Amino acid sequence: MRVAIIQFPGSNCDLDTIHVLNNVMKVKANLVWHKHNDLRDYDAVILPGGFSYGDRLRAGIIAAYSPIMKEVRRMAKDGYPVLGICNGFQILVEAGLLPGALLRNSSLKFICKWVNLSVISNKSIFTNKLKKNHLLRMPIAHNEGRYFIEEDSLKELYKRNQIIIKYVDENGKATESSNPNGSIDSIAGICNDEGNVFGLMPHPERASERLLSPFDSDDGKTIFSFMIEYIKER
Amino acid sequence: MVALNSILVELTEDEIKEVRRMLGREPNYLELAMIDAEWSEHCSYKSSKPVLKQLPTKGPRVIIGPGYDAGVIDVDDGYVVTLHIESHNHPSAIDPYGGAATGIGGVLRDILCMGTRPIALLNSLRFGNIEESAHSRWLFKHVVRGISDYGNCVGVPTVSGEVEFDDCFERNCLVDVICLGLGKINDLVLAEAKHPGDSVILVGGSTGRDGIHGVTFASRVLTEKSDEERSAVQIPDPFMKKLIVEATLEAIATGHVRGLKDLGGGGLTCGLSEMADKGGCGIDVELSRVHLREKNLNPIETMISESQERMVFIIEQGYEKEVCEIFDKYELPYSIIGRVTDSSKLIVKMDGLELANLPVKTVANAPIIHRKAIEPDYIKNLKFIEKPVLPSNLSSVLLKMLSCPSIASKSWVYEQYDHEVGIRTVVKPGQGDAAVLRLPNGTFLAIKVDGNSKHCYIDPYNGAAGCLAEACRNLVSVGAEPIAFVDHLQFGDPGNPEVFWTFSESVRGLADYSKAIGLPCIGGKVSFYNEDKVKNMAIKPSPVIAAIGRIEKQDWITKMNFKHDGNYIIVLGETKSEMGGSEYYEYIHGLVGGVAPKIDFIKENATMYAVIDSIRKGLVKAVHDVSKGGIAIALAEMCISGNIGASIDCSNIPAYDLRIDELLFSETHSRFIIETDSVNMDDFLGTMKRAGVAYNVIGKVGGEALKFSYKGEELISIPISDLKDRWLGAIPKCMGEN
Repeated sequence: MRVAIIQFPGSNCDLDTIHVLNNVMKVKANLVWHKHNDLRDYDAVILPGGFSYGDRLRAGIIAAYSPIMKEVRRMAKDGYPVLGICNGFQILVEAGLLPGALLRNSSLKFICKWVNLSVISNKSIFTNKLKKNHLLRMPIAHNEGRYFIEEDSLKELYKRNQIIIKYVDENGKATESSNPNGSIDSIAGICNDEGNVFGLMPHPERASERLLSPFDSDDGKTIFSFMIEYIKER
Repeated sequence: MVALNSILVELTEDEIKEVRRMLGREPNYLELAMIDAEWSEHCSYKSSKPVLKQLPTKGPRVIIGPGYDAGVIDVDDGYVVTLHIESHNHPSAIDPYGGAATGIGGVLRDILCMGTRPIALLNSLRFGNIEESAHSRWLFKHVVRGISDYGNCVGVPTVSGEVEFDDCFERNCLVDVICLGLGKINDLVLAEAKHPGDSVILVGGSTGRDGIHGVTFASRVLTEKSDEERSAVQIPDPFMKKLIVEATLEAIATGHVRGLKDLGGGGLTCGLSEMADKGGCGIDVELSRVHLREKNLNPIETMISESQERMVFIIEQGYEKEVCEIFDKYELPYSIIGRVTDSSKLIVKMDGLELANLPVKTVANAPIIHRKAIEPDYIKNLKFIEKPVLPSNLSSVLLKMLSCPSIASKSWVYEQYDHEVGIRTVVKPGQGDAAVLRLPNGTFLAIKVDGNSKHCYIDPYNGAAGCLAEACRNLVSVGAEPIAFVDHLQFGDPGNPEVFWTFSESVRGLADYSKAIGLPCIGGKVSFYNEDKVKNMAIKPSPVIAAIGRIEKQDWITKMNFKHDGNYIIVLGETKSEMGGSEYYEYIHGLVGGVAPKIDFIKENATMYAVIDSIRKGLVKAVHDVSKGGIAIALAEMCISGNIGASIDCSNIPAYDLRIDELLFSETHSRFIIETDSVNMDDFLGTMKRAGVAYNVIGKVGGEALKFSYKGEELISIPISDLKDRWLGAIPKCMGEN
């Protein structure tokens, strides 16, 4: 099993993500420069966080046209796990692999803090063994993380169970104050209709070791472990 | 300032005479402009050098001390950390966003050009009164945003910092940025050109007119015309910087990078002359090869431009192609601009025509200026002031203190910074007195920056030593043993003997204290001319200290939050009536003056090591140092972060004949607050007794309120939720956000 972690110019969570996969999850992962155009040796692909192309024009939009994206699309189509974290989520949205848009935070400020997330749907292969309303703790760190989608498409997302996680308070309720960036319906992460492409603003790779968590938790690991299980079973 | 027909230089008549003497001829305009940049106070330290000599710079872990772009410390198993501090005060005062962002850019390059990866940023910020002044709020908001946008994008976490507010910074805000690097000892690279024949390659941003005369701009006071000097502020590009970081580290891995220097103050002139001087060689540079942002940049502009995001590489002859392929991968512009020679001369050519020919020694070594120092009258006058009337309602005083911007939670600031990227941040902002980062060899590094301009104004000697002591206490509080520090010394015009006296006293205080505790200074920076001719005001003396400490074991990492109901609260150290420069005097009573806290080196050291000892023995649950706002604020912070109350009997605080407000709010040094449980209590107190540290049990953790009683009477009782609202809400409220 091998996981590809794509490096765009300006990616900055690439090394963190490979550390977690290699040393915490104990699976093989490689950094792949965005100009490569062959991912045939890989069983899954992760678009890591960061500021690809310095967020110029709009977060994720330039990277969405990188040569490697052709291969990412192929993997998405063929049912391989495709995970976009933070800037990776923005890139997946800009590439049209996930619906909606990620707008500037409603506070107009960058926000870095730990948040509570509630699992809304187990449709994605990254959450498929979690119970509904399961709570996850992870940090967010973004400027443009306000998820938005038009009303009709939002209804469609609900209907097809594509809304995977929401920002909630410590009791699991989605409130105005537990929504850090003004996302519509407190949405923090969604998947495609097939469930193999998952994008989220929070950082699971920053929440995979107890040492780094203010809550002595390692909830980020669950996201990666379900991905690994899925690859094994596939 | 001397006008020479077409160019303006800041060199004095005497300095120009010295140039003529050293060259044995008349310098041309380009040569004068180059010497002007390199001999600026900013680049040459010509006023401060003789004073700085007092600081101890050696220690068992010091690999490289002051004199290079960053200090280097051995952290075992082949790993090193690098540390540097920079300020961008003048640029931030007129363009807070760009000034602060390029400050980050500069300090990152200093770490990178040692061959180490930047792994953490800190900042130390000083502004005017943000409750009153819209201008100060504007500066504060945009400085924080500048740091946030740059640091976040470049992927280096901002893990800690401090902010102080005082009227003296109304027009001269201070923006200090600190960067920590991590690398392998075998990969270290120095800013030296040692091998004739090697190629000189300029990599990164193109050279333009931004930042022309930046160093000479930084080496004079701000005037009403300063706003027109925006071209002296550089343009930030964190994306380019991120590519430079990755490309540089990849290039170093080839083994063919023999010298590396960032271009900051003084541009190519300083970069090339300092590398040649340190390596004992010369450099020939061909200006037509420099990649420019705009056409018709003249040779003077090219040689002194401070355009951002540029590095100079010295590459082993014959390996240029291999290294340049890496720059190509990252699509970084570069040009091979010259060659190292054995001539000991810096020769500047344009299309083969020689334009400047200067001995490297002349350019790189400005004549020292011995400044006069006279104790200012204000120091004596401030000492004797009458004590303020004791307020009747101490609960409302405590709540007001918590909302004092210098004391209130800085979450408004640090939530705008990515403090997690790199996944090394174990103790995060707000969790402890210092940030703690994990290192690849299983050990941990603590880092903190501290300053206290209010103390330093009243007593520069003890104030400066106190900044270092506080930084060390903060490290100790998280379980670390201090191993090194860097300083940033910020003052007004050094030509004013009173300003220079405060500078000399500050350095003397730092030197005496660091020698007493055996802590080496591995680098630093001096920033003079922080004055404003519009209001005719110099800043208060503002030394800022960034210190690092080592934690060998994970179990030793300690946070400040109160843990368990029923645990004991102990104060270490005696509280004294040292109210001068305290937030209580200045914020509550509007009083500037009195006696500022003094440092007893022996007691301070004994207390710190007793705390380290008890942490290592596992005897404590929470540790917090007592600083701004005194014991009352320290306890409130421990309650807020633990979300649990405490009951305190102030009669038990070790002190001699103090008033209750002094017990609560004095900022005396060498004090800590400790939480321990009944199992470890005796062992802990025994450890303190053996170390000769004054201590007493002052109360217990528990309940939902912070309560203070004195001589049997309850004086203060405030629910934790109220403390929290005030403390967390103060800065957002100032900024008009709720």
